[in-house]
Amino acid sequence: MNPGVDTGDTAWMLIATALVLMMTPALGLFYAGLVRSKNTLNTFMMSVAAIAVATVTWAAVGYSLAFDGDGAIIGGLGNAFMSGVDFAPREGTTIPELVFFAFQATFCIITVALISGAVVERMRFGAFLVFAALWSVLVYAVLAHWAFGGGWLISGGTLDFAGGVPVEMASGFSALAAALVVGARKEWGRQALLPHNAVYVLLGAGLLWFGWFGFNGGSGFSTGDPSVLAFTNTLLCPACTLIVWFALDLIRGRKVTAIGAATAIIVGCVAITPAGGYVSPGWAMLLGALAALPSYAIIVWRTRTRVDETLDVLAAHGTAGFFGILFIGFFAQADWNGVSDGLFYGNAAQLGDQALAALAAPVYAFVVTFVLLKLIGAVMPLRASDREEAMGMDVVQHGEEAYVTGEGAILLLPDDVGKVGVPVADPG
Amino acid sequence: MKLVIGIVRPEQANQVLEALHRAEVRGFSMSRVQGHGGEVERVETYRGTTVQMGLSEKVRFEVAVSDSFVDRAVAAICEGGRTGEVGDGKIFVVPLDHAVRIRTGDTDEGAVTPVSR
Repeated sequence: MNPGVDTGDTAWMLIATALVLMMTPALGLFYAGLVRSKNTLNTFMMSVAAIAVATVTWAAVGYSLAFDGDGAIIGGLGNAFMSGVDFAPREGTTIPELVFFAFQATFCIITVALISGAVVERMRFGAFLVFAALWSVLVYAVLAHWAFGGGWLISGGTLDFAGGVPVEMASGFSALAAALVVGARKEWGRQALLPHNAVYVLLGAGLLWFGWFGFNGGSGFSTGDPSVLAFTNTLLCPACTLIVWFALDLIRGRKVTAIGAATAIIVGCVAITPAGGYVSPGWAMLLGALAALPSYAIIVWRTRTRVDETLDVLAAHGTAGFFGILFIGFFAQADWNGVSDGLFYGNAAQLGDQALAALAAPVYAFVVTFVLLKLIGAVMPLRASDREEAMGMDVVQHGEEAYVTGEGAILLLPDDVGKVGVPVADPG
Repeated sequence: MKLVIGIVRPEQANQVLEALHRAEVRGFSMSRVQGHGGEVERVETYRGTTVQMGLSEKVRFEVAVSDSFVDRAVAAICEGGRTGEVGDGKIFVVPLDHAVRIRTGDTDEGAVTPVSR
């Protein structure tokens, strides 16, 4: 083993990396339950595709642009194609850079997958693959450099423990841009488009929460105090969000809803993401309780608009991430984090640093995503035809169905394939 | 009295519901069925096994109406169900001998005519 590598830290980071990778299929399950049954597989496959595409772009250039050097805007190409990424400890940590690389890759993957929530049920799979590849480099890698890799936000003093900037605000505001460019589903605003399996939604949310212990607990890159604090805050904060969400549901509809609870888990986990290692357990609980309010309000408000940001990525991730980033500026506590105090403990400058991030990240993510999708849309159609949308993306894009009965299915021998009918599964 | 049976695409079911509502046809039932008409079969592949899906999902509406409502009900199902592609479905109109409203014991025309509570 390389000198400077700590066995305990490395062991934990290996597990944390696997936990975060699991969050992406968990997200696929969560999203799949929220769409109609005819789009189950396509929705899940967008998350699977994020694992495929973002891993490769991350290894090629994403990691290097995010973590090579401390340029203000963007990193260098010194680690492109994993050059120099080996067993030696990553600078500033006690874990091999290979582990650091993999851990950060899982963050890029899930962020790409998160955006799919804005465009499910109508975006063409091929166009999504192209978008995922380009977005993971042009938006994720850049914002990860700003917040984690030595860019202008982190060097200016902005605190972002586990990704309020590159993961949560980036996905949320990119999702809004994506929904605007791709456009609403054809029945949006005229017909009720309901989740088809609330159990998937709850199980997906539960698995996401489980994975989030690696996401936040691993973001200290060690088993040290910040990781331990973030780990426990990841339990406390979402629990409080759940309770407030229950109360809001009761006030608004007189019943506590299951899909509301699943949403609250996500909102609580997102809110504590930037703040996990910086605020005390008590403040983390307050953060969870308060973060429910703006996200709940935006979910209620959005369904009255023409914007079909289908699975509320903006409300759950953009808004709660924004809230968490600002919360640090008020309640960060040097006694707990050893780094900086917030306004409440006499350091108003920290709030300014946080506000800068809360302004810059949404603007960058929204603008670049908007332009990127316009450009992709000029080269290839972004969405399926109305007819294909009506049939469902599972059959049209993948030639499979989630709930196939098998009745009436005739086995085709290899010689027959291609002779019968016109397979509508051909996306061309 | 007639029983109007309309078999339509599931993705058109909501349009049929809206059209029936506009035509003031209030009482009906619907069920999911699997059927085969003249449409070209879908070919799907599951882990290397390629199959031709001979049956497709359809929604079956059953509407019992008095004679004066038959044309409106048929027109509504046609309007809501039509996409112009093969596979839009069929409508069958069959004579109805007898009908009973269980709650009141009303029979025939009285049973198939909606009442305001």
